[in-house]
Amino acid sequence: LDQKWTSWCSVLQLPANFAQPEASSVKEKGTKKQVKLKESRQAVNNIRRLVEEDDDEDDVERVSWSGEPVGSISWSVKETAASSQRADREPAFPKISTDTPSISRSQSGYSLSSLFKGKPKVGNFQTFSDALTDSSVRLYAPELRKPKSEYKDYVSDWSPEETVQRLQQGKAVSLERFRTLQDKLLLLDHAIAAHDGNVITAVLIYLKRTLCKEVLFRELESRQTALRHFIHYLSETQNQRLLLELHRALGRAEDAALLQYKEHLSITDENKRRDFLKNCLSLPFSAEDLAHVQDHYTLLERQIIIEVTDRQAERGGKVEIFQKFPRKALILNMPLITTLYYCCFYHYAESEGTFSSPLNIRQTFKISEKQYFVTALAARAKLKAWLDVDALFASRNWLGFTRKKSPLSFQRVVDILQKNSAPTHVLQDYVALVDDGELRLTLAQKHKCHDIVISTYRDMKDRQLLLGYRGKVVRGSAEERKIDDLLSNPQIRWKN
Amino acid sequence: MMRLRRSHLICCAASKEKMAAHLSYGRVNLNILREAARKELREFLDKCAGSKAIVWDEYLTGPFGLIAQYSLLKEHEVEKMFTLKNGRLPPADVKNIIFFVRPRLELMDIIADNITSEDRHHSSRDFHILFVPRRSMLCEQRLKEQGVLASFINIDEYILDLIPYDGDLLSMEYESAFRECYLENDQTSLYHTAKGLMTLQALYGTIPQIYGKGECARLVANMMLRMKREFAGSQNQILPVFDTLLLLDRNVDLLTPLATQLTYEGLIDEIYGISNGYVKLPPEKFAQKKQGEGSKDLPTEPKKLQLNSAEELYAEIRDKNFNAVGAALSKKAKIISAAFEERHNAKTVGEIKQFVSQLPHMQAARSSLANHTSIAELIKDITSFLALKSLKTTISINIHYYVVNHLSSHVSASEAFFDNLTVEQEFMTGVDTDKVNTYIEDCIAQKDPLIKILRLVCMQSVCNNGLKHKVMDYYKREILQTYGYEHILTLNNLEKAGLLKPQTGSRNNYPTIRKTLKLWMEDANEQNPNDISYVYSGYSPLSIRLTQILARPGWRSIEEVLKMLPGPHFEERQQLPSGLHKKRQQGENRTTLVFFLGGVTYAEIAALRFLSQVEDSGMEYVIATTKLINGTTWIKSLMDRPESPTQ
Repeated sequence: LDQKWTSWCSVLQLPANFAQPEASSVKEKGTKKQVKLKESRQAVNNIRRLVEEDDDEDDVERVSWSGEPVGSISWSVKETAASSQRADREPAFPKISTDTPSISRSQSGYSLSSLFKGKPKVGNFQTFSDALTDSSVRLYAPELRKPKSEYKDYVSDWSPEETVQRLQQGKAVSLERFRTLQDKLLLLDHAIAAHDGNVITAVLIYLKRTLCKEVLFRELESRQTALRHFIHYLSETQNQRLLLELHRALGRAEDAALLQYKEHLSITDENKRRDFLKNCLSLPFSAEDLAHVQDHYTLLERQIIIEVTDRQAERGGKVEIFQKFPRKALILNMPLITTLYYCCFYHYAESEGTFSSPLNIRQTFKISEKQYFVTALAARAKLKAWLDVDALFASRNWLGFTRKKSPLSFQRVVDILQKNSAPTHVLQDYVALVDDGELRLTLAQKHKCHDIVISTYRDMKDRQLLLGYRGKVVRGSAEERKIDDLLSNPQIRWKN
Repeated sequence: MMRLRRSHLICCAASKEKMAAHLSYGRVNLNILREAARKELREFLDKCAGSKAIVWDEYLTGPFGLIAQYSLLKEHEVEKMFTLKNGRLPPADVKNIIFFVRPRLELMDIIADNITSEDRHHSSRDFHILFVPRRSMLCEQRLKEQGVLASFINIDEYILDLIPYDGDLLSMEYESAFRECYLENDQTSLYHTAKGLMTLQALYGTIPQIYGKGECARLVANMMLRMKREFAGSQNQILPVFDTLLLLDRNVDLLTPLATQLTYEGLIDEIYGISNGYVKLPPEKFAQKKQGEGSKDLPTEPKKLQLNSAEELYAEIRDKNFNAVGAALSKKAKIISAAFEERHNAKTVGEIKQFVSQLPHMQAARSSLANHTSIAELIKDITSFLALKSLKTTISINIHYYVVNHLSSHVSASEAFFDNLTVEQEFMTGVDTDKVNTYIEDCIAQKDPLIKILRLVCMQSVCNNGLKHKVMDYYKREILQTYGYEHILTLNNLEKAGLLKPQTGSRNNYPTIRKTLKLWMEDANEQNPNDISYVYSGYSPLSIRLTQILARPGWRSIEEVLKMLPGPHFEERQQLPSGLHKKRQQGENRTTLVFFLGGVTYAEIAALRFLSQVEDSGMEYVIATTKLINGTTWIKSLMDRPESPTQ
């Protein structure tokens, strides 16, 4: 019956070891499902036939292969861009010289955009964007700057509410009239109430320019929304210095620390990055984050040393392992576990004293037993160093030398070995160690560990299954002989 | 269901632009909104007189594709279109160059680069910028700093707040909304939401009742009410189409997006990712198409398909649990093949004529069936759903037995999927959420994608109302050691967003919430669902339960639970001018617009559509959101530097 069940499993595409639940109800459902599956398979097959037969003409929809309807925007971007290349060679389009005046002029005279035209109109006026950063204005339109007395005519005395509203509508408005701290804060509060990030930011830029840091920071502290917009603005414009100051002033030391730490991502030179991380260690991280950053620094420091040494070894051509398995990538900036794998691969036997020794790495970074085990196992299996693999289990058991022990389930051990294409004779040893009988059998069948299957059937005294299995082994092989011997053994009391 | 069929019929009839017809036949005609958006686009294009080339921020082509086709642009003298990139603009003999961009600083730098490399060669071209959806001070300032602001004739904004996505679905396609609201506390997206809702009310009438749950919901409602006061002068004279607006914060229900969606559309999104209504699929299953062309070159480019209710078959199966899709497909196959058989019965000229007239429709149906059969096969290879059904039996028999013995060899994708689902369901039912989970540990050990790990760990945290310190520290260390220390930043972000948190003194209230709202249904019927829990094969999305309960019997019945969930809940009324009060016909359904602030999943949408179709619910739902999300895209939006090489 078991075999039947497993074969169902394969029909149903169940995981093979799903076969265990003893509850018979599951099995019953399995049968029903099998029938159902057949039906739906048939249905699917029918559909296929239906779809493929007389495929006369199915251009119902015009789509390019990639599925974009012909004429969609993203399709056309590609098409028209491609055709422009052709246009280079072919006679160009007749030059269109339109002298139509730009229509934008007809917009409200106060719109920002009308200001930024190449040729500013006569009768310019001060806009709030002008008020944002006066220095850059000069770059493109020095005429925009007019004596104060002149622009007064153009700027109405908008109230804070009106100012915010105009800002929201993208209309020009000067913030300069908000001179006292009280006025400025009132304006800010109205901007906050409008919840429009654009407006809040605009007001903040003005405040940043006209208030001293201490005052600004203090006022922002009681206005969380504005504060967050300000932080966002500073980080967008990469004003790291002010941002750090702000965090510190507000006692948000941990945020500041993380922010500074983030900087390391943009440093490409590994030595500079290492030094940067070292400096980070003095930042006010939370205790647990600090431990991680410390590890990060230590790791990179080590990677740099290992990289230098190994590059030399590789170039020298004297170290066999580097010749046999040339390195594919630099170890720099790789995660810790990847580094451990690398060291288990290239530096396995080293004494604990070296930087590249796996044992040293394990200790320094307090890698959990399981992680270490999985990584070492995978690395040695990849090298087909089966003795090392063996030793991994044995060394854990130095008093009693016969039994193999593992922090992993043996099922996972088998999985890892199999992924690294271990031969059957190796797999067999570990499949045999799987505790659960049924699981062991399933794995043995899957990985063709015939001996285990055969002796399990023998122990079950199941003659039928053994007979059935005879068909699965190679003719004339040792396994076949073994089965034949068992089948003809009169001392076994078969149950069937 | 009737609704969907109707939409199909009309779609086959000659409609001017085929793509949009499916928007018109839902409960609310969303095509009006689309038309309004198109009109504005035309107006902008006409502002830049003469021939034009558009330089696209590539991200925008998707959302714009939902509004307009190239033909519309062409009618307004758009001759060339390019993708925005650094360097010199490609040659094009046009009067105007228009940049269609999102307000992002890095894009401003590219534009500046384009312009500075341009000026020397062609000085006669006019430059324009169209910001979508809003202009931004910061961006204009950046252009100014780069010294190119003066080169622009025209700087404008194209307010594309709510994009009609399907007959009952609107999306702002605002990817970073959740991150901005809950991580950076930038409420700009909420302002856009409120603006979008005002536009919607201008077109469809004032919505008399507003309900909400969550901080952001409260803010949006406040903004709407204030904006309405500001327009107090002009009364909206349109008969209201929507009876109720429900605003829901995503952070009221952090659990649902973390779970793997099990509807057809949800799975397509989980596995292949749907973006702006399109999905890209591996080409192999679609390859053996035309005979005669031979099999010489198998296409390597992914197959792109559009997915929406304009396709009759898709509309029928998209919201089904995947386990019910096979049966639906084979039923459809029988119907279609029977229809083709009809040709043998057609004897008279009239009959033949009729048959021929139906042919295009039948062929469309057949090719649609072929496509979905292929997709279903692709998904089945990964999910192996037959296994899933037995899983639930196993869980109820003896979950521990299963867990201990099923640390399986993770050979095939389907096993991984199955294992993952098992753990999700354990968490959602509250099994062992306070311990280090061996499956997660194993996934880390075999370096499964980081996002998968984060999804599971966050889910465990949410279902346990925070993780014990020891458990949290262990996960963190394993993640940082395996995926790289720089992910400290991501872990911190998840903590700030509340997805990952250490357990505080308060007791775990998730079980109470689960029981009161019936979030776990033991025997969810996947084939013929009688409850929304079918969309996750057992788990009923919390957000949708809240919606369902609001409609009947009302939130008063769950006051206690509402208090356990974050943020305030509230009710507001908007006065209608007299004469606009609807006189309801007997048996006429009410319409609710449910707005998900911070994103919604396809499975949640499916659950709402299910509720719309339940005979006696008396309520139909239209769905709006900042962005369509799934657990992966959502977590990704919260990560710092998501494209780390270590994944």
